Amino acid sequence: MQKLLLLGAEAIAQGAIDGGMSGVYAYPGTPSTEITEYVQHYELAKERNIHSKWSANEKTAMESGLGMSYAGKRAMVCMKHVGLNVAADAFMNSAITGTNGGLLVTVADDPSMHSSQNEQDSRYYGKFAQIPILEPSSQQEAYDMAYTGFQMSERLGVPILIRITTRLAHSRAAIERKQLLDQNEISLPSNPHQFVLLPNFARVQYKGLLNSFSGFIEDSETSPFNEYRDGSDKTLGILTCGLAYNYLMESFQDKPFNHPLLKIGQYPMPRKKVEKLLNECDEVLVLEDGYPMIEEVLKGYTAKENIKGRLDGSIPRDGELNPNIVAQALGFEEKKKETLLNDAELKEMIKARPPAMCTGCGHIDAYNALNEALSEYTVGRVFSDIGCYTLGALPPFNAINSCVDMGASITMAKGASDAGIVPAVAVIGDSTFTHSGMTGLIDVVNEKAPITILISDNFTAGMTGGQDSAALGKIEDICEGIGVDPAHIRVFVPMKKNHDEMVRIIREELSFEGVSVIIPRRQCIQTMRNVELNKRITELNLR
Amino acid sequence: MKTDIILAGVGGQGILSIAATIGMAALANNLHIKQAEVHGMSQRGGAVQSHFRLSSDPISSDLIPKGKADIILSVEPMEALRYLDFLKSDGWIVTNSTPFVNISNYPEIEIVLNKLKSRKNTIILDADSIAKELGSPRSSNIVILGAASPFIDLPFESLEAALRKIFLRKGEKIIQANIEALKAGKAFAEKR
Repeated sequence: MQKLLLLGAEAIAQGAIDGGMSGVYAYPGTPSTEITEYVQHYELAKERNIHSKWSANEKTAMESGLGMSYAGKRAMVCMKHVGLNVAADAFMNSAITGTNGGLLVTVADDPSMHSSQNEQDSRYYGKFAQIPILEPSSQQEAYDMAYTGFQMSERLGVPILIRITTRLAHSRAAIERKQLLDQNEISLPSNPHQFVLLPNFARVQYKGLLNSFSGFIEDSETSPFNEYRDGSDKTLGILTCGLAYNYLMESFQDKPFNHPLLKIGQYPMPRKKVEKLLNECDEVLVLEDGYPMIEEVLKGYTAKENIKGRLDGSIPRDGELNPNIVAQALGFEEKKKETLLNDAELKEMIKARPPAMCTGCGHIDAYNALNEALSEYTVGRVFSDIGCYTLGALPPFNAINSCVDMGASITMAKGASDAGIVPAVAVIGDSTFTHSGMTGLIDVVNEKAPITILISDNFTAGMTGGQDSAALGKIEDICEGIGVDPAHIRVFVPMKKNHDEMVRIIREELSFEGVSVIIPRRQCIQTMRNVELNKRITELNLR
Repeated sequence: MKTDIILAGVGGQGILSIAATIGMAALANNLHIKQAEVHGMSQRGGAVQSHFRLSSDPISSDLIPKGKADIILSVEPMEALRYLDFLKSDGWIVTNSTPFVNISNYPEIEIVLNKLKSRKNTIILDADSIAKELGSPRSSNIVILGAASPFIDLPFESLEAALRKIFLRKGEKIIQANIEALKAGKAFAEKR
């Protein structure tokens, strides 16, 4: 079959489609977005009627995926690492209900925080939920794992977590496809109580999960994704997973590799293979992207002080791996701080070029108005959220004082106003508002908290590349429905020529001692040529 | 055969189109490739880079180790310097001379260009002007690709064919404009 040149994220989508998936559920988030987009734009997926519309947030996505699994069909849920925090309630409990149709939860971690607020390691969630994890080290493995993952989930009766990282998600290589599988027919769970987690039933289900765990380890021992390679040089054994394996091989590009090697692609860890490595080798170097999860487990396996990795300083404790860090840990390269870029002249010359809001972006006009309106108050009262408008934290705006998690703007503003910072301001985008801002607004309304909320509406999830916003055309209705006084729901078009009017409106609402919602509304300039979106904007009369 | 390329520029300048063109050409020649991109936040006017590796043998790492890149191909002069420690000592820099100024403290352009010129194996070209003269100002990224093409171990015709495929839906005029841009870049490099 012809080879396809795919991003790691796309390889997972292709693998899932070919593996008989009936639906993908997701909320956009870098570096996971391209998985769902691939399904959305793929003709075969349309022909096969595979669900691929965006969900309002990761929790609703996780629950919908579980619903599809309940009905006997194969589903995949995708998100970025911090999205799993949002979906955690559903995710943890899906391990207890188990699956009917195969269920894959693909989570893309972002070590080094290229596009995220932290670098949490999703493998801990897999361990926490006590379900198997698959971790590909190449685009081909990403394809293979998504393809076979559904069968694995059905065989073991639990969801499977697929963990990838930014570098794999956004790196392209050729993959070979397997035979296209049929989708499952609808079939209900044989045990009518399986998905009813009343304590009585949940205890039974949980015992079932615990009893299955030895089977998961057994599955790992024989998994083709866990490979033990013998080697003659037993002074050092290497245990690696994910892209770290590639960096390792890169380091031995020009020399023979003869260390014992355990490459892990499936968790829980294959205990026998790990013990073999520990028993055989004088020292073991652990190469893993993310937190030192394997290393911690290994230290529990052995009393010997011979495990090298992130915990003993052989590898930096934070940040993603790269070929140089691995070569240094192997002793092939010096850990030198001097680089070409330390040349003083060059250092002076190369200026940081941080991301910025696009020229002509509506958020800019909204921030200019907000800053002026707030100039008569003391600083430090603007709570913001996750999206392009987070860039308002940078000069020349310096307009916001927080960015924590999806939806936190409204609720943190409420907490600050409870503490006496009045007025407190929240700045949130349209898509983030329906993701996780609405529920916070209920708290605000119920307590009549004196905060001013700017919902900067650009009709899209902009930062991730212009995906559909669940909020399109609904924001005023939602706010009114939740109980915001319509007189304090104010809409304007954020443009330079409207500056004075915007400042006046914001001032009025800041001085109002109750809940205000201000909606600066203008289409994201990156989506101006999106025909489908333009049609909907016209239909909804939003311009 | 093995070529490791760092593609550099500012979000929105079209380095991913360059990568797509090389990728398609490499695939047509049955070469192995790995190409690491940057998506998301950094795409918004920030510094962006892509690691592009092509080889007749299987490739391990998705990232190029420091000191191992054969070429820095940059659509912006200051960005060419940012990744200098990835380049082999005898590696080539092929860069646009037109600065993309979206920061207030952008250095004097002459200083940047002099620094680049002080290094041997550097090709600096005004790709924006060349593209404009050809009547297709949006193809300046392809002009740079053309200028780097003598250093990339791929038949020139494969790059042409790749452009043809990539711009297929945009019509013959756009295809021709890009092929002309590619040729103009190559001609500039060969004159050097």
